[in-house]
Amino acid sequence: MSGGRVITLQIDGRDCGAREEQTILEVARENGIYIPTLCHLNGLHPVGGCRICLVEIAGAPRPLPACVTHPVEGMQVTTDNPELRRQRRLILELMLAEGNHICAVCVVNGHCELQELALQLGVDHLEVPALYPSREVDASHPRFGLDRNRCVLCTRCVRVCGEIEGAHTWDVMGRGLQAMVISDLNQPWGEAESCTGCGKCVQVCPTGALFEKGKSAGEMVKRHLHLPLLTAMRREEEAGE
Amino acid sequence: MKRLRLATIWLDGCSGCHMSFLDMDELLLELAPRLELAYSPLVDRKEFPEQVDLALLEGAVSTPEDEAKARLVRARSHLVVALGDCACNGNLPAMRNRLDNAELLDLVYRQQAEGEAGPPTRNVPPLLPHSLPLHRVIDVDLFLPGCPPPAAAIVRALTAVLEGRELSELPTLKFG
Amino acid sequence: MTPEELQRIAAEELQARQHARHRIGVCTASGCLSCGSREVLTAIKQEAADKPEMNLRVEGVGCMGLCSRGPLVWVQTNPPPTETSTAASADASPTASAPNLPDASPDDSADITTDASSDRPTGASARAESALLYKQLTPDDAPTLIATLAAAPASPTAAAAPPATTAEQTSAQDSTQTSAQAPATGDHPLAQKICDPAMPFFKRQVKVVLDQFENIDPERLESYLAADGYLALLDCLHHRRPPEIIDEITRSGLRGRGGGGYPTGLKWSTVAKASAFVPQAGQGHAGSGRQSAGEAERPDGPRKYVICNADEGDPGAFMDRSVLESAPHRVLEGMAIAAYAVGADFGYIYVRAEYPLAVERLRKAIGQAEKQGLLGRNIGGSDFNFQVEIRLGAGAFVCGEETALLASIEGRRGQPRPRPPYPAEHGLWGCPTLINNVETFANVAAIINRGADWFASLGTDKSKGTKVFALAGKVANTGLIEVPMGISLTEIVNEMGGGTPDEAGGAIKAVQTGGPSGGCIPAAHFNLPVDYESLQAEGSIMGSGGMIIMDDTAAMVDVARFFMEFCVEESCGKCTPCRVGTKQVLLLLEKIGRGEGRPADLTQLEELCHLLQQTSLCGLGQSAANPVLSTLRFFRREYVELLAGEEEA
Repeated sequence: MSGGRVITLQIDGRDCGAREEQTILEVARENGIYIPTLCHLNGLHPVGGCRICLVEIAGAPRPLPACVTHPVEGMQVTTDNPELRRQRRLILELMLAEGNHICAVCVVNGHCELQELALQLGVDHLEVPALYPSREVDASHPRFGLDRNRCVLCTRCVRVCGEIEGAHTWDVMGRGLQAMVISDLNQPWGEAESCTGCGKCVQVCPTGALFEKGKSAGEMVKRHLHLPLLTAMRREEEAGE
Repeated sequence: MKRLRLATIWLDGCSGCHMSFLDMDELLLELAPRLELAYSPLVDRKEFPEQVDLALLEGAVSTPEDEAKARLVRARSHLVVALGDCACNGNLPAMRNRLDNAELLDLVYRQQAEGEAGPPTRNVPPLLPHSLPLHRVIDVDLFLPGCPPPAAAIVRALTAVLEGRELSELPTLKFG
Repeated sequence: MTPEELQRIAAEELQARQHARHRIGVCTASGCLSCGSREVLTAIKQEAADKPEMNLRVEGVGCMGLCSRGPLVWVQTNPPPTETSTAASADASPTASAPNLPDASPDDSADITTDASSDRPTGASARAESALLYKQLTPDDAPTLIATLAAAPASPTAAAAPPATTAEQTSAQDSTQTSAQAPATGDHPLAQKICDPAMPFFKRQVKVVLDQFENIDPERLESYLAADGYLALLDCLHHRRPPEIIDEITRSGLRGRGGGGYPTGLKWSTVAKASAFVPQAGQGHAGSGRQSAGEAERPDGPRKYVICNADEGDPGAFMDRSVLESAPHRVLEGMAIAAYAVGADFGYIYVRAEYPLAVERLRKAIGQAEKQGLLGRNIGGSDFNFQVEIRLGAGAFVCGEETALLASIEGRRGQPRPRPPYPAEHGLWGCPTLINNVETFANVAAIINRGADWFASLGTDKSKGTKVFALAGKVANTGLIEVPMGISLTEIVNEMGGGTPDEAGGAIKAVQTGGPSGGCIPAAHFNLPVDYESLQAEGSIMGSGGMIIMDDTAAMVDVARFFMEFCVEESCGKCTPCRVGTKQVLLLLEKIGRGEGRPADLTQLEELCHLLQQTSLCGLGQSAANPVLSTLRFFRREYVELLAGEEEA
């Protein structure tokens, strides 16, 4: 990844150098500036859907997601202030209110990115009423399970399956609150012929929506740090051809 | 020095939060001289006192009885703390909320029950349509989430009240 | 087709119209069809066939606007071919036809042109002489209608006299009724069904987009050619270079009519400057990136696209539908000019499947244009190629958002993506793509024909030209109107709309503009000029042109709730604020509506609305709160009155 112009921008008042094809999130992380994220995952195509990584950019009418916004020469980025904190917190509350996020009975309790984020952003209760959905649980796969009530529609599973595994078993069906991840053409996961059973979707899922069967809460730790390596290896291979 | 009049209340929960309270262990001894436990499932008093300084409520509000109690506590307490996930967010009791009550009772007492069928009719209060977190019913001054909330969170809250510090500045120690 | 051939066909068409003793036009757009205009057309055609000696020419034509009074039929009697035009009413009723041409029209002076070799045959005023507009005709009225023509060949023009008497009838409240009682029409057997052409509903209109709809048979290319059709395209191809066209559009001040109001010329020049790009099969993870059959036949190479956004979805809005159903060729011509200007050779029309008639007429029009060499390869004998295909929307409102629309055309899930990059730079399959709305394209040919200065002379300083609005709700005259920008709301609602309908009688309370993305403007602010900036300053938007008028029976919390229900239903679900936030706002509105709201709920309502505005991914979510915020702004009392008293247990 090189070739783009090098530019300078300010993040939280600090001068940062960046290549123009980088995202603000990447530049911030390189400079040790923390921006909370949820749907973003290193190694996957960013989508800017969850809106947790919103940052303020001087001159922009509204905050923009750091994961898909590219730096521009002289740009001034603010990653943290009371207004952003309030917005992120409210967005997270909306997410928590949407599903059944009952940590006490969840297999990833203690290893959950959503739970961690709630703690970080200081969510101690929900200002908005919870919606108590009754979504279908898919336990048809022999090794894995899907509890859609815990899904936050980050689409990491959809992306890892399409972009890395190349199977495109997962996709999203329906609109708005009815949107849900489905395997193949809404077949039970266990009958989805395109699924290779690689389990990458389970490993990248930030919550307990996708889980391994037979693992206790203490054991259900997600592993996705290898993703950037996989993408890097693939890129090298493609370049070598 | 005037001792802080403390009450702890057990609504729809598993009493795990009260266990966490006891988990303060030896710190309880340190705090004891500065506290007066005016009302609690851990002591004998049957009536809620006219006036307390701090009330820790565990559990969700699931019955009209819970609701009345929560309102009474609010009216007679200077500060009200939602203790634990059930009081803060509904937690397990609220998992029933996706079903209506008739469905719920039928599921639990007929479809999944062994032996004699049917929901109990005596000595149990009726259910509210939904199990609610405390702040849907009364104003809450501080939320201590966690299932259970860590003893350390309870210590911090008690200490802050004793020292007259601002409760809103306490960091959250646990979620869920 | 060469310009000469075009002129010949147009002239023949005009001559054929002139040769008929009487011309009858029956509206065949959806509004009138839904109340039986097809049957009326059939009945009149039958009558005409039975009486060939009367020399009647019966046509199905486009939308005439007064949709609430359909089926609409106009009748025009031509002067005998040997005489010059001496009809008594000719000067008394220059606007005797239902809709009239813009005053600014340079060829206003042109009278009926019988000279086939005339340079610019204009059918525009062909009917302006002596037409009568009938409303609510039934098939049973057909014999009577024909009988009036047979009985008094010369009198219909006399019957059209009411314009002379209508000067004092400007209170539009009941103008159609009063016209029926006008002495001149008193003994006309269909007197009750004659529309007063002096109604402000017609007189106030200035037509550019809807120009000549009443003269155009949507299913015949010749009919459009007779209305100066494709003249602009051929003129561009043979006499103008792309930068000159873009300059013309830029100078005209035309702005996007889909609601955003982005300067059209600027958009065109951006796409023109972007380098064409080889289409990329599928972007990111999802999508097969399969191109259409038509495209696949062409050699791979760098491309640009032109897309017409006809995914009109606002409740109560039907401007684009009427344009597509009435003059599909006008949109195609605009697209072709745009494609030539920006350097594209392929176009898509993304139209909702719920508009079957529009789709059918577009298909027919594309076929006709291809056959005549007005679309396809070497258009008009030039080396410009432009092919157009239709893509049907599957009923998602969000697909009107341009990036969601692109995803849908590419065969992916119709949901928006963050911008930039903008489609002008990185659009369909990664290629530079020009996306304009139906009405925007429909303005293009007129600007080319009449010039940027003419267009810029209409409207206001920042909002040039005209805008088509769909009037709906509690006004006497509902339907489609085209007015110059800057006209006041009171002129539209009270004068053209005719105030509240008779039976209701309540006072008009507010008008909702811009659909689910817009807001409610209270009657006290009706002196507001209708342009992009003014509406925005009042917390509403121009939008695509839906205008819903509400009287004092409307509860504004309910109005807000209705639009929020729509947004909950139509949110695509990609971003959290819109997916869940709209639902939470709806729950609060329902709670307040039930009388269970607390003052704190009002605070939370506003906070959630601001969150939607600030943090949603696309325009749908960002504007979803507008109906709530604008009703809170102007009708806060209605919210407060619904709040529950502070009872304490």
